[in-house]
Amino acid sequence: MMAAISDSLARPVDLREPSGWRRSKNQIMTILMWLAFVIVLIPLGFVLVTLVAKGAAAISWQFLTNSTIPPNVVPLGTGGMGAAVVGTLEVTGFASLLAIPLGVLGAVYLNEYGGNRILARLISFMSNVMTGVPSIVMGLFIFIIWVTHFGYSGLAGSFALACLMLPIVIRSSYEMLILVPDSLRQGSYALGASKARVTLTVVLPAALSGIVSGALLAVARAAGETAPVLFTMLTVEQTNANLFSGPNTTLPFQIFMNAQSAYTGANARAWGAALTLVAITFILMIAARIITALFTRNAR
Amino acid sequence: MSTVTKADPASPAGSASPLHQRRPLGDRGFQIVALGAGLLVLVILVLITYTTAQQSTTWFAGGFKDIFQVAFDGNTKFGAMGVLYGTVISSVIGVIIGVPVSVGIALLLTQVVPARWARPFVYVMDLLAVVPSVVWGLWGIIVLVPWLQKIYLDIASGVKGIPVLDSLFGGPNVTGASFFTAGLILAIMITPIITSLSREVIATVPDIDKEGAYALGATRWEVIRGAVWPHSQGGVTGAILIGFGRAMGETIAVALVIGDSVEVTPHLFYSGHSIAAIIALQFGEATGGEFRSALIGLGLFLFVLTILVNLVARWFVERSARRARGG
Repeated sequence: MMAAISDSLARPVDLREPSGWRRSKNQIMTILMWLAFVIVLIPLGFVLVTLVAKGAAAISWQFLTNSTIPPNVVPLGTGGMGAAVVGTLEVTGFASLLAIPLGVLGAVYLNEYGGNRILARLISFMSNVMTGVPSIVMGLFIFIIWVTHFGYSGLAGSFALACLMLPIVIRSSYEMLILVPDSLRQGSYALGASKARVTLTVVLPAALSGIVSGALLAVARAAGETAPVLFTMLTVEQTNANLFSGPNTTLPFQIFMNAQSAYTGANARAWGAALTLVAITFILMIAARIITALFTRNAR
Repeated sequence: MSTVTKADPASPAGSASPLHQRRPLGDRGFQIVALGAGLLVLVILVLITYTTAQQSTTWFAGGFKDIFQVAFDGNTKFGAMGVLYGTVISSVIGVIIGVPVSVGIALLLTQVVPARWARPFVYVMDLLAVVPSVVWGLWGIIVLVPWLQKIYLDIASGVKGIPVLDSLFGGPNVTGASFFTAGLILAIMITPIITSLSREVIATVPDIDKEGAYALGATRWEVIRGAVWPHSQGGVTGAILIGFGRAMGETIAVALVIGDSVEVTPHLFYSGHSIAAIIALQFGEATGGEFRSALIGLGLFLFVLTILVNLVARWFVERSARRARGG
């Protein structure tokens, strides 16, 4: 034992280059980590390629704008998804109108007013938990409190999506408000501004780009949701521009319905609608990224 | 964050100044509106519990035995056990497949890839996260299911007669739309959230711990095992649980690929059902009575289940965040 130690001390040891099994193990583990990333790339690449290949064939100006969704048996070329495109924009748009201001205000309460109070900590914790509530539960909830009294409408779908977006917007805005330096607030108070004024004219503008980018990601998430609109809006075959009355439809809903069909025409329409939907969500995500990137460059 | 900054500059301590007393009405109003928006979260959560519980009383009145039977036929039998089994099994498969991949990527992005090269990798994960559930479902049912069906049949004939494997992967009713397919799709869908939460936790490991380990001559893997992992264990556990909760609540993709039969079976390649999927697929037909009541009751069940999982998960995450701050 002693001999072995003195022996190893006598020889110069290269500390940077562990040898033998330790080194191989390190290399194997590094390869496995890269492999994990490649494993994720496979389904993503697969789904995107299929989506473009099958969806591009279906998409045309008529497909995007024609307001009559044909029955499942009709082959591609007749009618289009215009009703669903209009529905998606209206329903998601109104949901954003509800959830983004309320979410930002909620975050303002948590960071500017709540402090370390029990209520603020409870709201903060529960908003985190609420991001994990299944979207189908939101659909059931709005069905019970709204649809059973006032009937199916785009508005009901908006409410369900807004419930889903609210905690996401609260969380993302809160993360951004934390980053606003206190010196900004103190400087404004020193000028005699009230708290509401400081929040509205100094704190929120300072965090604006982060809040907008977080909100856009929430909109992207809501635009792709099917479960909350499933039994709050029913469905229509003709464009219903009136958000507040009568059944409506969205792209995710149409994809869900057409995916279950055995007819090739319906499947093709599902792929076309899916490509349209993914394009919308990607555009929202890229917009969010660009805003974040611009902001970080300005901050530097 | 130091606690000193928590002092509110708008309400100075000590003698009440005239400025402090003359708080404008608009200021007070803004605070109340903000508080109201925050309270909305609690109000919605309470209302979800109350309304779904109220609407499912007919189902709960059936008693313990009726609720916890396996069968759910939409006619006379409204059992929760079969669909609950499908929810748990498909989510567990999703977690078993998704977690090593997610944690691997989180380690790759924090320990292997230099910070300035990490951005494109993060973009790819974001891309994965924004592909809507229904698109995974569409791809699953049209492309993946027929392809997997052949593989499943090959595996089933391969394991025929082997005791445990036969009952897991074999059997005469092997089909493409199954528990396992749902698990695969769920694994893809929960990977981005587990990866990003794990990354956040792993990023809080103090550099000095890692540098100390490197200075002792540890390899990168030994640093991960010895310095990174003990520090981030709790947070990563929380991240996994949050992923598990997401998997249990995932609706549309699962509804499209899990098949459509309620059963409790060890055969992973058999078609099944899940709580969220059965609500999505059958709520439209359930126009009244016990059927609708049962589906809403299942929704409440799922709600409580995911809330519990998330509570435990957030507790793990926040405890590890507190430790990272040294509190």
